[in-house]
Amino acid sequence: MLKLPVYLDNNATTPCDPRVVETMLPYFTEIFGNASSRNHSYGWAAEAAIDLAREQVAALIGADPKEIIFTSGATEADNLALKGVFEMYASKGNHIITTEIEHKAILDTCKHLEKLGAEVTYLKVDNEGLPNLIELEAAITPKTIMVAIMYANNEIGVINPIREISAIAKRNGVLMMSDITQAAGKIPVDVDRDGIDLAAFSAHKMYGPKGVGALYVRRKSPRVKVTSQMDGGGHERGMRSGTLNVPGIVGFGKACELSFQEMNAEGKRLSLLRDKLENALLQMEESYVNGSRTHRLPHVTNISFRYVEGEALMMGFNKNLALSSGSACTSASPEPSYVLKGLGLGDDLAHSSLRFGLGRFTTEEEIDYTIQAVTDTVNKLRDISPLWEMFKEGADMTEYY
Amino acid sequence: MAYPEKILDYYNNPRNAGTLDKAKINVGTGLVHVPGYIEVIRLQIEVDPATSVISDAKFKTFGSGAAIAASSLATEWIKFKTLQEASQIDDMYLVEELNLPPSKIHCAALVEDAIRAAINNYRLKNGLEELRFEEVTTDFEA
Repeated sequence: MLKLPVYLDNNATTPCDPRVVETMLPYFTEIFGNASSRNHSYGWAAEAAIDLAREQVAALIGADPKEIIFTSGATEADNLALKGVFEMYASKGNHIITTEIEHKAILDTCKHLEKLGAEVTYLKVDNEGLPNLIELEAAITPKTIMVAIMYANNEIGVINPIREISAIAKRNGVLMMSDITQAAGKIPVDVDRDGIDLAAFSAHKMYGPKGVGALYVRRKSPRVKVTSQMDGGGHERGMRSGTLNVPGIVGFGKACELSFQEMNAEGKRLSLLRDKLENALLQMEESYVNGSRTHRLPHVTNISFRYVEGEALMMGFNKNLALSSGSACTSASPEPSYVLKGLGLGDDLAHSSLRFGLGRFTTEEEIDYTIQAVTDTVNKLRDISPLWEMFKEGADMTEYY
Repeated sequence: MAYPEKILDYYNNPRNAGTLDKAKINVGTGLVHVPGYIEVIRLQIEVDPATSVISDAKFKTFGSGAAIAASSLATEWIKFKTLQEASQIDDMYLVEELNLPPSKIHCAALVEDAIRAAINNYRLKNGLEELRFEEVTTDFEA
């Protein structure tokens, strides 16, 4: 039996896997100790749980457990990485290189650092969503301390050539930071193979709880240090103070373990479903996939349906589909998604986009339902779209876009 | 963001969606698109020249559900009104009737422009002088 609404916003967040919840539960009531309490069994039990979770989280990305700093999520980890490196490496330089289509946790932190004297280069991306590596290398100066480029983009699912990017950083003696939130647990990420020195990610994008995440900080070749942005108590090797969120971290660990075990099978299953959805929707005229289709996460597609508006599409789903639109009109003159604009999309296509994010609990029946609902709504809105009528009559549409 | 019921109703069951033959002398077409806004609104009226009564009205709109609802409601309001009455429709009536959220108030203004553009298009086609609209208090009643 189909349960509505169909949830296809797994890039925003995922439900907790019941196995994760089950693992967490005892840590709220019975094993409630403070992992820093060294003098009694409550503390020791909590510490043992943290140790295990740290191993599980590290294993997912090929890291050493000592290299994992637990945080409240990916946003905090991004902040700690950028601000912490900026502060720690101030004597080396003040220049950071990133891209225009990073998550706001990176972009807004860079804006903040600019006020504190940082120089930031925001690389443009091509229409596939990929940065130009020649431009990247050319942007590096003696003052460059870090390249911060996401592993996979949250809106279009496009996967960056991280190994090539980190090789450029490495041969120029620059740290490689990557927000791996969308990729971790979905595709193999290995900090050694991928040449990553700092990596931010969170539990709730991979069927773990909200409010917990981690920053990977490399300990060997090079040994990376970040200045703490949260002081008091000296937790997490002094890089992030604050009593550890034991139930959350336990859940994060379990979520990483499950993702590690099931990633392959799940990725194959989801890419088949995604392709079915995408191919069916592309049967409609004037529909386009945004971003590279070859370098892409297995569970994401972002599609624009020209001559209909994204918010109207969402309304047409009549609360039966839960997904995101590139047309987030919360103000009178809406700015469509900066990621899609970064790919060079005009306002028309950016406003007409939908992001479909499949997940562990997505079924084929839900995909079939989605195909029907989206097709019907696009057709219905095109029937009452003056632009569609003009387009079908062969009018010059440039005036409108 | 949850939309008011009335907007959903017009969106789900749009009244008077469609096209009138713009080649006909008694059909006036108003097509409004203001740079900076995404909406494109087309409103058409068919006028009985003997009485100046709008005998039919149709719309097509590209934009959010609020823009579609405001366009559809406007066609209902102007149908069987005289051109003079239709020209008195103020955007604030649409805003109030649909309970438009602040981010959508401009949709009503665009619809108001489209009504007036359709009236003037009809007038021009029939050798009449274009009306100039000022912000005035009106006594229009839906």
